[in-house]
Amino acid sequence: MSRDVLIRELRQIVGDRYVLTEKEDVIVYEQDASILQVMPEVVVLPADVGQVSAVVRAARRANVPIVPRGSGTGLAGGAVPAEGGIVLCLARMNRILEIDLKNRVAVVEPGVINIDVTKAVTKQGFFYAPDPSSQAACSIGGNVANNSGGPHTLAYGVTTNHVLAVEAVLDDGQAVWLGGRVADSPGYDLCGLFVGSEGTMGIVTKAAVRLMRTREAVQTLLAVFDRMEPATQTVVDITAAGIIPAALEMMDQLTIEAVEKGKPVGYPRDAAAVLLIELEGVREHTERAARLAEEICSRNGARQVRRAQSEAERQLLWKGRKEAFGALGALAPNYYVQDGVVPRSRLPEIMREVAEIGSRYRLRIANVFHAGDGNLHPNILFDMRVPGELDRVIEAGAAIVKACVAAGGSLTGEHGIGLEKKAYIGLLFNDDDLEAMARMRRAFDPDGRFNPAKVFPTPITCAEMRRQPAKIPAGLWI
Amino acid sequence: MINIPELDQCVHCGLCLNQCPTYRVLQLEPESPRGRIHLVRAVTEGRIEANERFAEHIHLCLMCRACESACPSGVRYGRIAEAARAVVGPPGSPLARALEGFVFTRLLPSPLMLRAVARLLRLYQRSGLQSMSRAFLPARLYEMTAMLPPLPDRFFTPQDEPLPARGERRAHVAMLGGCVMSLLFADINEATVRVLRRNGCDVLIPKAQGCCGALNIHNGETTMAKVMARRNIDAFLDCGAEAVIVNAAGCGAAMKEYGHLLRDDPVYAEKAARFARLVKDASEFLAALGPVAPRGRIEMTVTYQDPCHLAHGQRVRAQPRALLTAVPGLRLIEMEGSDRCCGSAGIYNLTHPEMSQELLREKMVSIATTSAEAVVAPNPGCMLQLGYGASRYGPPLPVFHLMELLDRAYGGEAPPSI
Repeated sequence: MSRDVLIRELRQIVGDRYVLTEKEDVIVYEQDASILQVMPEVVVLPADVGQVSAVVRAARRANVPIVPRGSGTGLAGGAVPAEGGIVLCLARMNRILEIDLKNRVAVVEPGVINIDVTKAVTKQGFFYAPDPSSQAACSIGGNVANNSGGPHTLAYGVTTNHVLAVEAVLDDGQAVWLGGRVADSPGYDLCGLFVGSEGTMGIVTKAAVRLMRTREAVQTLLAVFDRMEPATQTVVDITAAGIIPAALEMMDQLTIEAVEKGKPVGYPRDAAAVLLIELEGVREHTERAARLAEEICSRNGARQVRRAQSEAERQLLWKGRKEAFGALGALAPNYYVQDGVVPRSRLPEIMREVAEIGSRYRLRIANVFHAGDGNLHPNILFDMRVPGELDRVIEAGAAIVKACVAAGGSLTGEHGIGLEKKAYIGLLFNDDDLEAMARMRRAFDPDGRFNPAKVFPTPITCAEMRRQPAKIPAGLWI
Repeated sequence: MINIPELDQCVHCGLCLNQCPTYRVLQLEPESPRGRIHLVRAVTEGRIEANERFAEHIHLCLMCRACESACPSGVRYGRIAEAARAVVGPPGSPLARALEGFVFTRLLPSPLMLRAVARLLRLYQRSGLQSMSRAFLPARLYEMTAMLPPLPDRFFTPQDEPLPARGERRAHVAMLGGCVMSLLFADINEATVRVLRRNGCDVLIPKAQGCCGALNIHNGETTMAKVMARRNIDAFLDCGAEAVIVNAAGCGAAMKEYGHLLRDDPVYAEKAARFARLVKDASEFLAALGPVAPRGRIEMTVTYQDPCHLAHGQRVRAQPRALLTAVPGLRLIEMEGSDRCCGSAGIYNLTHPEMSQELLREKMVSIATTSAEAVVAPNPGCMLQLGYGASRYGPPLPVFHLMELLDRAYGGEAPPSI
């Protein structure tokens, strides 16, 4: 089937307005929140599952790849059409279809924005737990694809713990439900398999997600440290003391500087690190846990431990954290965010190592991360226009990834492998592991039509994907 | 051609998407702030042409700057979009562009000509011609004239004699009359003057002032805009006022940006930066001064529409609300998305009626949900748009400027000394 025939078919399926082929339209879909860029041939925005099925069938007949995309906030190039073809953007499928508070389930379309799920049930005293920092923009479909986490992952788990079932369009165009709305479904956990598959097995067109009851009480602490070491030690001690905070986040001096430079929220600029500790639960328990956490902070030499006195103050403390990534744009034209994980008891040493890597490669590294579950986000700051700097950045990034794996951790906590980390996946899995995974994927997608060239190591590495530095617009994540 | 440092600051995070009115309606990345910045970059790199399709994306933007409020990197999107518009020129058909060119370079810069046009319009409204015109004017043109409120008997006229403070003198300020405000909303300007005087301000309204040039800048016309900016700087900078008070959010936002507009002007760059620091929205100024407590009761429930160029453009959100709720009897009920654009956006409602009306319909639904008895929106564009929305889609509520209500609470025109 020729390209023109395919495009005509696509137009018949979703309507002219939602098939984009002009260069001045499709070029904006060449990139997500990573820096990797490949231009799609055509972008299609379906309105419902029926249209998704029809698009998948048309793509199959024309033998072109399909790359699903939600809000394009992914950090690993997952929505970049590495082999061209169709970008299937699900943003228009953004309806909340059902809210069933009795059974604490919401059924939503993939384009629904994460925070809108919580907003829809806040008044009734419920929330949707996974809260990526991009929650004001990222979509549930993208969350499902990447098994996204967030600050509150520590207490509530990641996306897979909150998705009961998904409706997915498979390679042959049929839509099937995987999983079930009751707690235990018999048979293989196919829903669990789909969550985190980064769009390589099919297109999720609906998700039944778990709603949780808003906790009775919440206490948010900001602990200020003059050195990094005692801050990381505090993280270890808090969990060792048996407290499970809802969130336990760390920001270092460079991150604080960026936040305060952009939209200030009142983090002390001269601190080496701050911990944001949130405790939730029954009132009495929360109060006890907060006091214990304060004690541990002080014991480790915290200069100050401040408790948010109002919901407004709490929101402000969180605002700084949630916007920290974007705020780094104020410090350097470019940065490269890593997503390694280590067992939390290894935090003090890995932070030392990250700092050493920074000085070895002569690069500034800003750390803002989910300390409670050992999920690092070292952001390597740089300027693409300085000759040779990008190469050092890539090497430093690889060194950090290797250090995390060596410490018994993992490549990625929540951003996914995508294009960006597939070259490193061999650090964690051997060929047999990867072949077993590939066979699983082929069971769903025998032709490799969905999001090709992602996750698995292939000859294309991200270094080859990069456009020439001179052409790379400054100021992007890589 | 579009070479501004703001372009480098965007890290493509996407936090702006869901705050962008056009993206919310269309869900298309090229109609989002991140998408538009990507397009502008692509043009600067020579990867795409600044052609008609590019111009369409640039023009579909409302310039509401909600993305700036959402942006964690502090990208000044408005500046990027203005620079892009300076390249592609004003929107619309060749005829519309010619008309816009006339408005931007001839009509707006001339207070005399503006006044003459306003008189003609008043005649058109009062002679009965307007009601007859429905029969022969094209529907769209008729709708445009129907959006105008009845023009007042008299226009607001600047005068070089300062109007003295009432009571203890606390400040000496100058005020911008504004082109639309002076002609369509003369009474609100007068109310603003009374409110300022009630708060102990000597108020000067220099005669040499003119239109602020905001419409020009937003539509990419910078040559005449600079002439207009320099005229206002000359009129206000050395008049001895400690603040230049503006009661139209769009004008205030543009005047606060004069420093940027004239940054390359060897004579005016420094003056413009100094002038920009003097510019204050009326609510911003009063809140900082510490307003005299109004005593008159207004038993009314209102909802507040944040003008985009006040909330996003000037980061003024709390002050108008504080002033409103300080009025005895007045209750404020927040609407969902109060800082989302109503679709007025300068001349956008004329150039892009479809998107504009879509946003207005949504806005009127949010307003209806509050069950408020009136809407407050301290900006002429929003007032016109919401007034039109109230009559076209309902609920049929009155639309007030904040200064009108404050003036009423202070006793309005009643006291003989004003």
